[in-house]
Amino acid sequence: MTSFLDFEKPIAELEARIAELRATADGSDLDIGAEIAKLEKKSAAMLTGTYAKLSPWQKTQVARHPQRPHFVDYIRLAFTDFVPLGGDRLYGEDAAIIGGLAKLDGRKVMVIGHEKGHDTASRIKHNFGMAKPEGYRKAIRLMEMASKFGLPVVTLVDTAGAFPGVEAEERGQAEAIARSTEACLGLQVPMVAAIVGEGGSGGAVAIASANKVLMLEHSVYSVISPEGASSILWRTPDKAADAATAMKVTAQDLLDLAVIDSIVPEPVGGAHRDPAGTARVLAEALGRELAALDGKDTAEILRQREERFLRIGSL
Amino acid sequence: MVRGCIYRTVSRPVMQTGPFNEIGTHQMSWLSKVRNSLSSLAKRDTPDNLWMKCPSCSQMLFAKDFEANLSVCPHCQHHGRIGAKARFDLLLDAGYIVLPTPKVPENPLSFRDTKKYSDRLKAARAGNPYPDALTNALGTIEGMKAVLGVQDFKFMGGSMGMAVGEAFVAGIERAMAEKCGYVICTAAGGARMQEGILSLMQMPKTTVATRRLAAAGLPYIVILTDPTTGGVTASYAMLGDVQIAEPGALIGFAGQRVIQDTIREKLPDGFQRAEYLYDHGMVDMVVHRKDLKGTLAMLLGYLERKDVA
Repeated sequence: MTSFLDFEKPIAELEARIAELRATADGSDLDIGAEIAKLEKKSAAMLTGTYAKLSPWQKTQVARHPQRPHFVDYIRLAFTDFVPLGGDRLYGEDAAIIGGLAKLDGRKVMVIGHEKGHDTASRIKHNFGMAKPEGYRKAIRLMEMASKFGLPVVTLVDTAGAFPGVEAEERGQAEAIARSTEACLGLQVPMVAAIVGEGGSGGAVAIASANKVLMLEHSVYSVISPEGASSILWRTPDKAADAATAMKVTAQDLLDLAVIDSIVPEPVGGAHRDPAGTARVLAEALGRELAALDGKDTAEILRQREERFLRIGSL
Repeated sequence: MVRGCIYRTVSRPVMQTGPFNEIGTHQMSWLSKVRNSLSSLAKRDTPDNLWMKCPSCSQMLFAKDFEANLSVCPHCQHHGRIGAKARFDLLLDAGYIVLPTPKVPENPLSFRDTKKYSDRLKAARAGNPYPDALTNALGTIEGMKAVLGVQDFKFMGGSMGMAVGEAFVAGIERAMAEKCGYVICTAAGGARMQEGILSLMQMPKTTVATRRLAAAGLPYIVILTDPTTGGVTASYAMLGDVQIAEPGALIGFAGQRVIQDTIREKLPDGFQRAEYLYDHGMVDMVVHRKDLKGTLAMLLGYLERKDVA
């Protein structure tokens, strides 16, 4: 059962009516069948229309959709032979960031990403995708291993931000993020990052400082959440929609700003309406980017990644 | 102990003020309100700027004495916030050169919240000697050549936008050209939200620069000053070969209000203060402002490589 966002209410009502009609029809009544077909067409058109012009704030909601596919779904649907690798060897295992060896269309890679969880128990286990220092230090460890064994790194970014808590500060959250970003930039192997949901600030950039950065069509990437910007800059919690627009958080905006390299299209109605289809398109896009980096020597890979970030803000 | 000794506050500084309180600001008395409303009197040197209250221990201080004491309270050793010029004078030998701040695209997102970002920039620049929050100077520290970058909290909370990122990179490039170390005094509320994602991208951008400096075998020294938080802490402020903090400085990733909202309990005493970071292994030393210059000179001396210079 799809759960609907506020702005999808008209679509939800239509789909509810279709379901109702289906339940009464039991397949025999032709008139009802025609009515259903009519409504389905209308609903599909409405969905296409709505998703063709989502506002930045609506996209933020789609990016956070409770049924949006997450890291574990992509591992299942886009990768094979996943071998998870745990722990930072310093403090603990942080399930907010998962990583390990996997194959992407047969190509051996190191895959790392945030996992938010899909129900109450798993959300708590994964701390809603908000990593602590040990999560970033695990990412560093895995990136260094990938470098050592010549495996390209693929990251799937989906976090509201790094965890803001006492123990995270105590163990050096800022240092862990800074070192993780540094580890991305020092990789001797190609790295491709995909923002698949929320790219929340430093907690995202720590595993997204890659040679190529992709974004799913309805994902968002920003320096602070629209709610946070609203309360700091507008001094009210009610301006999140304005903040989302002003900050330019959408994939389309970020492509224009040359912060990302390409947009991976989502099915009509968002990734959650067809996780398998989304995963297939994402896998193809990641594969294409990795193939384009094949055969480049280490110095060139390092230099391209450095230049990519150095030029942002230069005249 | 030798010069550059580690200064630890005897009692933890009690900071009742939030991170955005400027030192030297205080309640206006009814008398000054009346006086300021009379334009002929308003410009006179009034007791308002002659005297100030230490924001930490509340002792009344003669403002000139406070400044002469490096903006450190003589009673409780509270370290007040100081700007770029004061830092250059404090840490560099006479004869330093202030380096030009690189130009960057202005208001790239045409951002406006309750005000236009370009107007906020204009207001921040008025009365400020430098065009943005990070300024570099080339000079010597007790004879040791160095490029010194200083972030000024007064300029839009020291926040890191493209101008800060570009200045940081330029400072490091200059240090590499001069074959000397780069020293940065950090002070920032975090990334400059008005530049959106472009401010976030300064995190990897500045890290490219610190990596290049390291590859050149040149030292990178960070002096964390009050306050250093957010994306600045989570990038170049935590990547120094040596990490120094000023006593009592607020240093952290997340803001205290955000953390409090997350955990819904009281924060530990001295949380995110310099001494707390020292106790948790995040900085090498907490150094009193008067000992900073000597400490830097000594460190640069140790970290100078004969094969590089």
